[in-house]
Amino acid sequence: MGRYFRRKLLIYGLTFIIAVSINFAVPRLMPGDPVARMLTRNSVANLESSEAMRGYFNDLFGLDVPLWKQYLNYWAALFQGDLGVSVFAFPAPVSSVVADALPYTLALLLPSILLSWVVGNALGAMAARNKLLDNGALPIGYVLTAVPYMWLAILLAWVGGILLGWFPVAGGYSFALTPAFTWTFIADLFHHWFLPFLSLFVVALGGWAIGMRNLVIYELESDYSNYLQALGAPNRLVRRYAFRNAVLPQITGLALQLGVVVGGALVTEVVFAYPGLGSLLLNAINNQDFFLLQGILLFIVIGVLVFNFLADVVYVLVDPRTRLGLEGGQS
Amino acid sequence: MALEVEGLKVHYRTVKGDVRALDGVSFSLEDGEIVGLAGESGCGKTTLGKSLIRLDGRMRHMGGTAVLDGTELPIGDDRAMNAHRWKEVSIIPQYSMSALNPTRKIGKMTAELLRSRGKSYRELKDELVRRLELVGLSEKVLDNYPIELSGGMKQRVVMVLSTLLDPSLLIADEVTSALDVTNQKAVAETLVRFRDMGFVKSMIVVTHDLSLVYQIADTIMVMYAGQIVEKASAETIIKSPKHPYTKALIGALPEVGLEYGDERLKSIPGKPPHLLNPPTGCRFRDRCPLASEECETEPPKVAVEAGHEVSCWKAVD
Repeated sequence: MGRYFRRKLLIYGLTFIIAVSINFAVPRLMPGDPVARMLTRNSVANLESSEAMRGYFNDLFGLDVPLWKQYLNYWAALFQGDLGVSVFAFPAPVSSVVADALPYTLALLLPSILLSWVVGNALGAMAARNKLLDNGALPIGYVLTAVPYMWLAILLAWVGGILLGWFPVAGGYSFALTPAFTWTFIADLFHHWFLPFLSLFVVALGGWAIGMRNLVIYELESDYSNYLQALGAPNRLVRRYAFRNAVLPQITGLALQLGVVVGGALVTEVVFAYPGLGSLLLNAINNQDFFLLQGILLFIVIGVLVFNFLADVVYVLVDPRTRLGLEGGQS
Repeated sequence: MALEVEGLKVHYRTVKGDVRALDGVSFSLEDGEIVGLAGESGCGKTTLGKSLIRLDGRMRHMGGTAVLDGTELPIGDDRAMNAHRWKEVSIIPQYSMSALNPTRKIGKMTAELLRSRGKSYRELKDELVRRLELVGLSEKVLDNYPIELSGGMKQRVVMVLSTLLDPSLLIADEVTSALDVTNQKAVAETLVRFRDMGFVKSMIVVTHDLSLVYQIADTIMVMYAGQIVEKASAETIIKSPKHPYTKALIGALPEVGLEYGDERLKSIPGKPPHLLNPPTGCRFRDRCPLASEECETEPPKVAVEAGHEVSCWKAVD
C-alpha cells in the first residue's frame, strides 16, 4: 500500500508542477497589457511620468526581466508564499485578496456539496424499489437537475428575496455592518449565506438522488442480494449491503465535486453578488490581473489535487477490492 | 416422505401473457434421497428449484402445493416463506462465484446473516470451521474477502454456508456448470458427503449434465416444457429409459471409450415448444419419432414399474 501512495504522490507532484507552469503561462498568453491598463486607470497625461510609472510597475510586478527569469522568480516566490501584488486590488498582495474571499467560497460550497450528497444518497436509496417515493419525490429531482441553474438561482433570489422578502438578495453581509466576531454579524452572514447555499443544495440534490436510486436498484438485482434473500435475510440487511456497495461510485463523484470547490461557484456568486473566489476570478479576468488570476488558479489546482488524493485514500479504506489489489492479494 | 409436490404451477408474467414455466408438476422426495433434475435449457428446471425457496419478481405461484416434512410451504407468500428459508429449505445457487457480498469479509457476512436470522454466530462458529475444513478450506477464509478466493473456493464456501443450518431440503442449481471437470467431480462428491453426514436430508440437483447427475443421484427426473416426463432411479433412466425424449437426450450423450469416427452424435431435431401457449396433448409430439394421433390428447402418467413413472402414450402397453 505504501508503494501505491508513493506512486500517487509522485503523480500528484508532477501534476502540480505542470499545472503551476501552465498557470504561469496562461495569463501571459492572454491579449492585453495590465501595466498599460493601470496607467490608463491612473490617467497619467505626461509622457515622461507615464514612462517612469511604467518602469515602476514593470519592476514591481517583475515584468522587466526575460520570461524564463520571470518563471524562476515565480517558483521562488511561490515557496515563500508570495503570490505577487494584485493589479485590480492594488496594492493589496494576492495572497490576502484570495484569503479574504476563500472563506466565503468554502462556507458556501462545502456544506452545500456535502449535505446534498448525504441527503441525495439517502433519498435515492430510499426511493429505490419504493413506488411512492420513486414516482413522487424523484420526478422533482429530475426537474431540478434539468432546470438551468442560472434560472433557478434567479428564481430563488426573486422569491426568497423580493417576493417574500425573507432574505437579502446580494452580498456576503450587510454593508451597514463591519466584519467583526459578534453574534449580529454572524447572524447576518448566515442570513446572506442561506439563499446561495439553498440554490446549490437543491440543484445538486436531484442528481445524487437519481444516481443513487439507479445504483441501489442495480445492487439489489445482483447475485449476492439474491443469495441473501434466498437464505431468508431480512430486507434491512439486504438493503444495507446494497447501499454500502452502491455508495462507492458516489464517493468518486463527491471527490470530483469537492475538487473544484475552491474554484467557487462562479454563477452563484455572480447571481447573488457573493464575495467568494468565483466573483474574484471574474474580476481578475476583467481587469487582466495576471497575479490574482494565477493565485486563484493555483488554489484551484491545489484543491483538486488535495481532494482527489483524499478520495483515493477514502476509496482504499472503504473498498477492500482496491485495497487488496494494491497489496497483491491472491485472486 | 420429506417433500411432496402436487400440481405445482408457476408462471412468468410477461407483457404477452403468462409463460407457463411450471405447468402442473408433481413428485415426491424421500428422506435422504438425492434427485437429479435434468432437461434442456428453458424446460423449467431452474424455475422448479427456485419456486421451492424463493420466487423472483416475475414469477407467480398459480396453484399446487409443496409439503415439506408435513408443513406446507407458503410458496406464493414471500414474507411467510422467509421463516422456512435456510433453516428448512436452502439453495446453492447457479451463481456461487458472485453470491458473496464483495465488500464484507466472509466471516463478518456470515455473522451478520446468522444474527439477522436469530442465530448466534459464536455458537455455530466451531461447526462452521469444522465444515470448512471438511471441504478443504481453512478457518482463515473467514477473514478473507470473496475476491481473495478462487472460484472453486467461493463455491465451497457457499456450499458450507447454505447448509450450515442443516436444512431438510437442499436445491443445488447447476452447481457444477461453471467449474472445470476435476472440480465438478469434487463438488458432486461433496454434495453426496453432505447428505451422508446428515447436513441435509434430501437434495434436488438441477443440472443439464446427465452424466454427472448419474454419478450422484438416486433418482432422476426428466423435465420437458414445464412438465416432468419421466422419473426413475438413476440406473433405469440411463440404461432403459422409456420416454422418447429421455431416450433422445441420452442418445445425445457421448460415451467415454467409444470410437465415434465419422459418426456424429445425435441431436434432437426441432426446438422445445414456447411456453406462452403450450400445445395441447403431449408437448414433445412435434419432435417425437413415435408420435401418432393419440398423442394429441394429454398423455397419462404410467407407472412402468415401482418408482418408474413415464408420461407417454407409448409406455401404456
